[in-house]
Amino acid sequence: MAKNQSEVSGVFTARGKRKPLAAKLKNPFTHPFLLGSIFPLLLVVVWEALSRLEVFPAYQLPAPSVILGTIVGMAEDGTLWGHVGITSYRVFMGFLLGTAAAVVLGSLVGFYKHAEALFDPLIQAFRSIPSLAWVPLFILWMGIGEPSKIAMIAVGVFFPVYLNIVSGIGGVDRKLIEVGKMYGLNTFQLVRRIILPASLPSFLVGLRSGLGLGWMFVVAAELMGASQGLGYLLVVGQNTLAPETIIASIVLFAVIGKLSDWILKILEIRTLHWQDRAAKS
Amino acid sequence: MSLQLERVGRKFAGKAAVQDVSFRAEPGEIIGLLGTSGCGKSTLLRAISGLDTEYDGVIEINDEKVDGIQKTTGFMFQEPRLLPWLNVLDNVTFGLEGNREEKQNKAGRYLQSVGLAGSEKLYPKQLSGGMAQRVAIARALATSPEILLLDEPFSALDAFTKMQLQDLLLEVWRSFQSTMVLVTHDVDEAAYLCDRIIVLRGQPGKVEREITISEPRPRERGSSEQAAYKAEILASLDLTTETA
Ligand SMILES: Nc1ncnc2c1ncn2[C@@H]1O[C@H](COP(=O)(O)OP(=O)(O)OP(=O)(O)O)[C@@H](O)[C@H]1O
Ligand SMILES: [Mg+2]
Repeated sequence: MAKNQSEVSGVFTARGKRKPLAAKLKNPFTHPFLLGSIFPLLLVVVWEALSRLEVFPAYQLPAPSVILGTIVGMAEDGTLWGHVGITSYRVFMGFLLGTAAAVVLGSLVGFYKHAEALFDPLIQAFRSIPSLAWVPLFILWMGIGEPSKIAMIAVGVFFPVYLNIVSGIGGVDRKLIEVGKMYGLNTFQLVRRIILPASLPSFLVGLRSGLGLGWMFVVAAELMGASQGLGYLLVVGQNTLAPETIIASIVLFAVIGKLSDWILKILEIRTLHWQDRAAKS
Repeated sequence: MSLQLERVGRKFAGKAAVQDVSFRAEPGEIIGLLGTSGCGKSTLLRAISGLDTEYDGVIEINDEKVDGIQKTTGFMFQEPRLLPWLNVLDNVTFGLEGNREEKQNKAGRYLQSVGLAGSEKLYPKQLSGGMAQRVAIARALATSPEILLLDEPFSALDAFTKMQLQDLLLEVWRSFQSTMVLVTHDVDEAAYLCDRIIVLRGQPGKVEREITISEPRPRERGSSEQAAYKAEILASLDLTTETA
């Protein structure tokens, strides 16, 4: 009877439009980017100065300018892009694979009691194996090429993503699920409209720590044997007694690692703007 | 739709929270549930809503025993329970059916009725307690449920807004003839809105009294009839009087 669209006239009238907020004045010197660059810059300047004064022996710790020169040199002869490209490709593929597996298994275990009883003990047991212990086995199975490296990275990415998905799904507020139930949502709709958005924050935390581990594992995988990549540069630097190559590689790892994390961070800010988080003073 | 409870009770871990509650609400009747904190009012509403199926006794809707959630029942919880990732408008359209534009128009009308026109794009974290409660009211009313369960719907509002929203509730009631069960701590509200008031008391909560308010609507706040009913309700809530 009551499901028609008839009008209920308001007891209130529309209020006037809100005034636009006055543009916020900010102290430019406390901008986080500036604050964050103070110490790195200071460090580089002191390091350069000490190197020029030959406090550090150049064959052990070359000056920042020398390291920059090495990177620029590689960029000029074109080898830089190959190393950075192949390493990023491995991390990206491993990250995709590990995340995909974690999403499938994590959702099953998170949603179904029986799946939890079935899979979780085994997964937890595997988790207690230090992941690098798999390296020899993977090389034995898949050879020294790309598959074994990508599998390594995928294993590293899998666990944090999996654990965060399971705990995210388990931690969805019962009260919100009840709201969905009251509106007659079926299980599939409940998952899509309540459980997924509510567990998204936890999923993104998992993605970010998974990506961090991905970068860690790519180093291990490339140290084991590679003919190209930033990890390979580390080996080359060690074998040719060239610390500038090693440090250049480390710097490049830091830069692209940070860049990839930054992409996820932007994704997080875009999708989680609704979260009510405490602001730091 | 009629609603009937027969000897409904609920135990938590063997300890009774509420016991032996029986009443019948005819279609379009507004029943008030009053009682001290912790006497089992919310527990009763959860049983009627179908969210909780572990109760004892029988609950019938339209003289048929029900078990589980009915699509025609609406529930406004004691807390606003807005979905934090949806803005105000999407929270209100959440339970609606139909095409997008229809849903948004309808939600917009209800938001205007609760005094929140212009706040459609805000997220729950940006709302005050009273605003959040008004969004929850709009969400509950927008689906025009045939049985509407309201758990202290106006508790977070100032006296003036409260009166306006009580009138809005009556307006909805006039249009849809919803059967309502309203939990409240506010004696004025109970006397103004309800056809019948069920006073619960004790731990575990039991029905202490039933007060019928036969005054026809529209009622006048502050009339002598209202004052008499309020006195009667207050007397029945008075814990110092001994009861058999
Ligand atoms: N899920 C639960 N588990 C255990 N005990 C519960 C649960 N829900 C409610 N109770 C108990 O049942 C009793 C009644 O609770 P209920 O929430 O129905 O009270 P209420 O009448 O709504 O009180 P208020 O006016 O404060 O909202 C309380 O003693 C409470 O401790
Ligand atoms: Mg309650």
